[in-house]
Amino acid sequence: EGTMLCRATRGQLQRHTRAFAAAASECTKSKFVGASSEYTSTLQFFYPHVHDLPASMPCFRLIDDEGVLVPGAYLPEIEDDKLIRMQNTMVTVNEFDKVFNDAQRQGRLSFYFTNRGEEACSVGSGAALEDHDWIWPQYRELGATFWRGYTIEEAANQCCHNELDRTKGRQLPMHIGSKDKHLMYVKSNLGQQVPASVGAAYAMKLMKKELCAITYFGEGCASEGDIPSALNIAAVHNCPTIFFCRNNGYAISTHTDDQYKSDGIAPRGVAFGMPSIRVDGNDIFAVYAATKEARRIAIEENRPTMIEAMTYRINAHSTSDDDSKYRRSESPVEGFDSERAYWEMRSPIIRLGSYLERRGLWTSEQEAELRKVQRARSIKALNDAERVAPPHIDHLFTDVYDDIPWLLRQQGDELRAHLRKYSKHYANVPADQYRE
Amino acid sequence: FVRHKMRAAGFLHGARRARHLCSLCHRRRFTTAVEIAGETQKMTMVAAINDALRVALRTDPAAVVFGEDVAFGGVFRASMNLVEEFGPERVLNMPINEQGLVGFGIGMAAVGGTAIAEVQFADYIFPAMDQICNEAAKFRYRSGNEFDVGGLTIRAPASAVGHGGHYHSQSPEAYFAHTPGLKVVYPRDAYTAKGLLLASIRDKNPVIFFEPKILYRASVGQVPVGDYELPLGKADILTAGKDITCVAWGAQVHVMTKACARAEADGISCEAIDLATIAPWDMHTIRTSVKKTGRLLVTHEAPLTGGFAGEIAATIQDECFDYLEAPIARVTGADTPFPLAFEKLYLPDELKVYDAIVRTANY
Repeated sequence: EGTMLCRATRGQLQRHTRAFAAAASECTKSKFVGASSEYTSTLQFFYPHVHDLPASMPCFRLIDDEGVLVPGAYLPEIEDDKLIRMQNTMVTVNEFDKVFNDAQRQGRLSFYFTNRGEEACSVGSGAALEDHDWIWPQYRELGATFWRGYTIEEAANQCCHNELDRTKGRQLPMHIGSKDKHLMYVKSNLGQQVPASVGAAYAMKLMKKELCAITYFGEGCASEGDIPSALNIAAVHNCPTIFFCRNNGYAISTHTDDQYKSDGIAPRGVAFGMPSIRVDGNDIFAVYAATKEARRIAIEENRPTMIEAMTYRINAHSTSDDDSKYRRSESPVEGFDSERAYWEMRSPIIRLGSYLERRGLWTSEQEAELRKVQRARSIKALNDAERVAPPHIDHLFTDVYDDIPWLLRQQGDELRAHLRKYSKHYANVPADQYRE
Repeated sequence: FVRHKMRAAGFLHGARRARHLCSLCHRRRFTTAVEIAGETQKMTMVAAINDALRVALRTDPAAVVFGEDVAFGGVFRASMNLVEEFGPERVLNMPINEQGLVGFGIGMAAVGGTAIAEVQFADYIFPAMDQICNEAAKFRYRSGNEFDVGGLTIRAPASAVGHGGHYHSQSPEAYFAHTPGLKVVYPRDAYTAKGLLLASIRDKNPVIFFEPKILYRASVGQVPVGDYELPLGKADILTAGKDITCVAWGAQVHVMTKACARAEADGISCEAIDLATIAPWDMHTIRTSVKKTGRLLVTHEAPLTGGFAGEIAATIQDECFDYLEAPIARVTGADTPFPLAFEKLYLPDELKVYDAIVRTANY
């Protein structure tokens, strides 16, 4: 083989081999499914028309997998209370997830999806925003939702679609939102929230509100046409929007190998004309710092930004799929039973927890106690929510429009007449709801 | 204040007496004569629409007009002189992307803005169907009324223009009438265009506003220069009659009224109605009329199958079964893509409508 290579190429090959060995030994390269690239501790957004894009965009991180500061890292200023609250929130999401996922398996809920492994993406970014910034989620952002003060009990009511559910029982579990907390409602389909977040951001700019909009989507969702559409409009019209992509490696069963051939998602932001960065999405400090800077760019420069947060979806997509059928089994490095096991060991909760423990702000006993409390609260919330009555049947017909047009009045009358006539067959509908 | 001394031919809701200007009709000219408090001016339909946009931008600081090519005035001049008065922050050129611009409008409206979107041709609204039908239409319902996008209005030039072919001629109202949560409006002339557009912009539900582009310059009438609205969901009885009820919307209203005039000459008394709002449609006015006449004809340019005439026919046969003297007639476009060379044969022209009136009356 040596004779077939010219001298220059052989030299390149030798240099490449040495460099590769060095990289492996220093673990400077990330192992994320969606894109593997060099880590950097420099918070740098790549600006279009200014910076050259490398072959693979580096991955910004501040703490390593054990929660130790990496060389050259400058942590963002976060008060200790806030740090503890961030850990608190991630743990709460995790405990809520476990209770409600189990509840679905027991047949108590129709559907559920967990946030396992991605808690830092939503808590870290949520914590870097102002309370009235508009959040346009996909559906795996319970962390940002709880951070805003949305409660376990509200989530439980929505999951049980009872009469306390703000959505009046209309949607699948975890299709939550809140007007007073500027949390737009989750919906099942993918991507539509992204152009909408751009319009909302524009409105904030027009009304001089000094607020931005953040929108979340997965790397799979990024293939939908709505995403490049939104990126383009946001850049053209200088909308203060933060595009936050959770690249978790899988879109239901679809590995990123089948989703795109690009260097992940972050370069698309640059391509459409906005400062963009790739971060270690399981490093809550990196997520926080990047989002803080993105917000500054939004408000001060009136520009959109893209943050691609590399992470890993530890659980299945939802309770409707069996990930043993498609999840890749090989760990990225030796010494772990599986790909999933590798990432479980370096989950965001473990990494921040380790950092806090080293700083004397957290102990494993505190975490265990917190888990016990939040688990109990989640179980109680579920039990309570199950006992609350379903919404009044009138709400089948309300809120389609601002008022109830004749068509829906007529259909309501027909339904009630039908229920009266066949009441024996509709025993679970309270009779007083369809009385004449 | 202008009053024309003309024979009243019908009732225009919102005014005391009115007839209809139709420069497409060469044999008889109808003129809209409206008694309205306040100054009126002769305007084409597109100028009336332009004026509505101007009034909306003047009266609502949260209003923004946006779409492809709107800044220079629009390919049909519907947005002339707006950016000069209101600035580039409120009159935005959008990249060629219907799903993106409609989604943008949804987001604006969701946080309190008034988003007045233009889709350059109704034929190009389809990329935005997901945003319109899955997002805009369901925004209020799925959030338990915490949020809504009532502030969204989507305008789109629609229907036949004489030479438009497949992609400059469509009338897609039926697709949207089938999605609960949307309103669909179709003016017939300059006066109704301005009043209905202002009402649509201010309506608390997302509205799709189809503008019969062939009438942009052809429809001229006295239009109030000030701020006025015409009610959505209200059909207009243009001429009273006792033998047959005829219903149409948009440009087809004028084809219908010409056909009715032919039938009048044969002694058939026609009650001609402009539906104006497709969703939610004014069933009560149609029902009252059909109970009087016993016969119904509905005519639209859109293809027959799945067209909105089917909805009207099904409901009216249910509501008026005992009153009907004849099957309900539908005179519509053929079930084909909108052709170029065959446009005149494809369309439900005056003779087809007249023939159906006669057959229905003589059933």
